[in-house]
Amino acid sequence: MLVEALVLSAILFVIGTFGVLLRKNAIIIFLCIELQLNAVNLSFVAFSRFLGIDGQLFVFFVMTVAAAEAAVGLAIIISVFRHYEAVNVNNFNLLKW
Amino acid sequence: MTGLENATVLLLQASPGGYDPILPGLILLLPLLGFLANGALGLIGGVRAAEELRSGREPARHEGRPLTHTLPTWIGPATIGLAFVLTTANFMAMLGAELTDPIVRSYWMWMATGTLGVEAAIQLDQLSMIMMMVITGVGFLIHVFSVGYMKDDPGYPRYFAYLNLFVFFMLILIMGANFPMMFVGWEGVGLCSYLLIGFWFQDREKADAGKKAFIVNRIGDFGFLLAIFLLFVSFGTLDYATIFDQAPEVLTYGGGVATAVTLFLLLGAIGKSAQVPLYVWLPDAMAGPTPVSALIHAATMVTAGVYLVARAGVLFALAPVGAAAVATIGAVTALFAATIALQQYDIKKVLAYSTVSQLGFMFLGVGVGAYAAGVFHLMTHAFFKALLFLGAGAVIHSMHHALHATHKDWDAQDMRNMGGLRRYMPVTWVTMAIATVAIAGIWPFAGFFSKDEIIWYAGTAAGVGGGYGALFTVLWGMALAAAVLTAIYMTRLLVMTFHGSNRTGDAEASHLHEAPLTMIVPLCILAVLSVVGGWLNVPGSVRNSIFGGFGLLPMSDWLDRWLQPVTQSAVDIRVAELGGYASSAPVGGGHVLWGAIATGVALVVVILTARAVSRQKIVPATQDTVPLSGIRKHLYHKWYVDELYDRVIVRPVVRASRFSWRWIDQILIDGTVNAVGGVARGFGWFGSLFQTGQVTTYAFILTLSALAVLGALIF
Repeated sequence: MLVEALVLSAILFVIGTFGVLLRKNAIIIFLCIELQLNAVNLSFVAFSRFLGIDGQLFVFFVMTVAAAEAAVGLAIIISVFRHYEAVNVNNFNLLKW
Repeated sequence: MTGLENATVLLLQASPGGYDPILPGLILLLPLLGFLANGALGLIGGVRAAEELRSGREPARHEGRPLTHTLPTWIGPATIGLAFVLTTANFMAMLGAELTDPIVRSYWMWMATGTLGVEAAIQLDQLSMIMMMVITGVGFLIHVFSVGYMKDDPGYPRYFAYLNLFVFFMLILIMGANFPMMFVGWEGVGLCSYLLIGFWFQDREKADAGKKAFIVNRIGDFGFLLAIFLLFVSFGTLDYATIFDQAPEVLTYGGGVATAVTLFLLLGAIGKSAQVPLYVWLPDAMAGPTPVSALIHAATMVTAGVYLVARAGVLFALAPVGAAAVATIGAVTALFAATIALQQYDIKKVLAYSTVSQLGFMFLGVGVGAYAAGVFHLMTHAFFKALLFLGAGAVIHSMHHALHATHKDWDAQDMRNMGGLRRYMPVTWVTMAIATVAIAGIWPFAGFFSKDEIIWYAGTAAGVGGGYGALFTVLWGMALAAAVLTAIYMTRLLVMTFHGSNRTGDAEASHLHEAPLTMIVPLCILAVLSVVGGWLNVPGSVRNSIFGGFGLLPMSDWLDRWLQPVTQSAVDIRVAELGGYASSAPVGGGHVLWGAIATGVALVVVILTARAVSRQKIVPATQDTVPLSGIRKHLYHKWYVDELYDRVIVRPVVRASRFSWRWIDQILIDGTVNAVGGVARGFGWFGSLFQTGQVTTYAFILTLSALAVLGALIF
C-alpha cells in the first residue's frame, strides 16, 4: 500500500521536475512546481498512516505556503506579462550580473 | 638708556650676583605677533584687491596708501625694535652678573615619547645673548630700511609678515635649549628664506631661485637630522646642557661617534651657511629684495652654521677630524668664493660671493678651535655686510628709479651701468666706503680685528700637535690669499659703482637721488658699528702695540672673556689633547707683525686696485660685447660650477626620475597592480558565464546539485 503511494508520488514529482526544467511557459512551470509540492504532500500523507499524524500536519503547512507562493508568483507573472506581452521564461534574462 | 640701567640696577639688587632673565619669552613672542598682525593685513589687502579685480571696477583711488600698507610700517619694525630693547635689557643684566651656567627656561613638554623627552625650552647664555643682540639689532635696522625700500611694493604687508616670521624663527634657532628646538628654527628660517627669495614669485627665475635654496638646504638638513639621531642614541637626551656636560665622558676623543656626529653637523652647517660644495644657492638667493639679502643672506641666517659649530664646540673639540674638516671647508670656501667675486658685474652677486667667502673665514675660525674669533667675525661681518647690502640696496633703488623714469630696460644691478654715483648719493658712498675698508681688513675698522684674529689662530693652530700642522699651514696661506682677494673685489665694487664717470646716461642721471631718510639712518648706524665693532675684542697681545693705540682701544679680549663660560670646556679639551696655540705664525712672526703685514698689504692692494679699476675703460653692459677670455671667463662663469652640478647631479637625477617614472612606476609597479586586478577580473568574468539569467538553467543546476547531494547522502 505504502510502496504504491510512494511510487505514484515519485512519478508525479519527476513529471513536475521535468516540467519545470523543460517547459518555457511560466504558467506551466508554475503549475509543475505545484505538482512537485503535491507529490511531496502525497508521500507525507502516505507516511502519516504508519508513523502518526505529524505528516498530515506538514501537508497543511505545505499547502499554506503553496497558496502564499501562488499568490506572489502569479502576481509576478502578471506584471511580467504586462511588460513583455509574453510569459516565455527564455525572455526573462535581464537579472544577471 | 638710563632708565634701562636703573631697571638693571634694581634687578641686580633683587637678586644679588645672579641674573634673572627679563621676559625672555616676550622677545620671541613679539616678532611672532608682528607676523600674525602683518600677515592678517596682507590677507585683508589681498582679498580686497582680488574683489576689486573680480568686480571689474577701476581700482578705488585711495587717499594716499591704504591702511593695510601703512600699519605694517609701524608694526614690522616696532615689534623687532621692542624685542631689541628687551634683549638689550637682558644683555645689560647679564653683563652685570657673573653667569657661569646657562639659564634654561622651560615652557612646556613638547615631545614625550618613550625615553625621549623634549621640552619647549629656551637657553640664555653669553653666546645666545650676543647672537640675539646681533639679530634683533641688525634686524631692526634692516626693518627700518625696508620701510623705505619696499614702499611702493604691492606686497608690502606680506613682506613684513615674512620678515617678522624670519626673526621669530631665527630667535628660536638661537635661543632653543636643545637640538630639536634649534632644528625647528633651522627649518623655519629656511622656509622664510624660501618665501622671501621668491617674494616676487610672478618672475619664474626668482621663484626657481627660492626653490633652489630650499632644495640645496634639504641636503644639509638631512645631515643635521642624522646628527641629532646619533646624539640621541649616544646620550639619550637632546638638551644642550646634558650633552655638552657628558660629552667628554660619553664620547671618546677622536672616536667614531664623535667624528660622525660632527661631520653630520658640518653637513648641516655647510648647507645653511652656503659653504663649498653647497654654496650655489646663496648667489641665486640674491633674487629676493635687497634688505632680505642683507638680513637673511648676509647677517643672520647664513651664520647659523657658524653658530651651530660654536654651540657644539665640545663635540668638535672631541673630534679633531670633524674640526679639521670644518676648517678646511672654510678656507677652501673663503678662497674659492673670493676668486669668483673678482669678475662679477652684478653688484649683489659680488656681495653674495663675498658673503660666502667671509662665512668661510668664520668656519676656518671655529674649525681651528677659535670659537670666540669665529663669533667675533660673525658679528662684525653682520655689521659691515649688512651695511654693504643695504648700501647696494640704496644704489639699486636709485638706479631703478632713474632707469624707470626714462623707461630704459637696463639692468639696475649691473655695475657697468653705474659709475660716479658718489656725486648723487654721498651718504651711501661714504658709508659703503667705510664698510669696504672694514671688510678689506684695514686698521682700525672692524674687519681688521676679526679677520686678523681668525687668520692668526689658523696660523698658530698649525704649530700644535695632532698631525694637522701641514694642513693648517696650507689653510693659513689660503686664508691670507682670500683676504687679499677680498680687498681687491671690494675695492673694484666701490670704484665701479661710485667713482669715475657716470655711465647710466644723461637723461637718467638727473633722476639719480640719495636714498630717503629711513634708508640713510640705518646705513649711518651700521657704518658706526663697522668702525667700532672691532674694538670689542682687541687681542691682548696687540692692545699695547700701535694697533691698540698703545692701550687706547678699550676692552681687550672682551668677547673672548665674555664667551669663555660657553667655550671653556671645548678649549679645555683642545688644550689637554693638542696643547695650546703656538706663539708665532707658521713662518715666524708674532701677532703684531702679522697684523701690520695684513693691514699693510690690504692697504696697498686697495690703492693698487682702485688705480687699476679707475684706469680701466668700463662701458655699459649693453655695449660690453668684447667676450672675456682666459681666467676672467672662468671667473665670470663662476668656474662653471652650476653647469657642472647641472651635468653631474641635476640632469642624472632628472633622467633617473624619468626612468623611475616611466619604467619602475608606470610599468613595473602599476603593471603589477593592474595584473593583480586583471586576475580578479578574469575570475569574475569566468564566474559570470554561469549566470545566464535563464531561469531554466538555474533550475537545471539546482536539480542536478540536489541530486548530487542526495546521491552523496545515500551512497
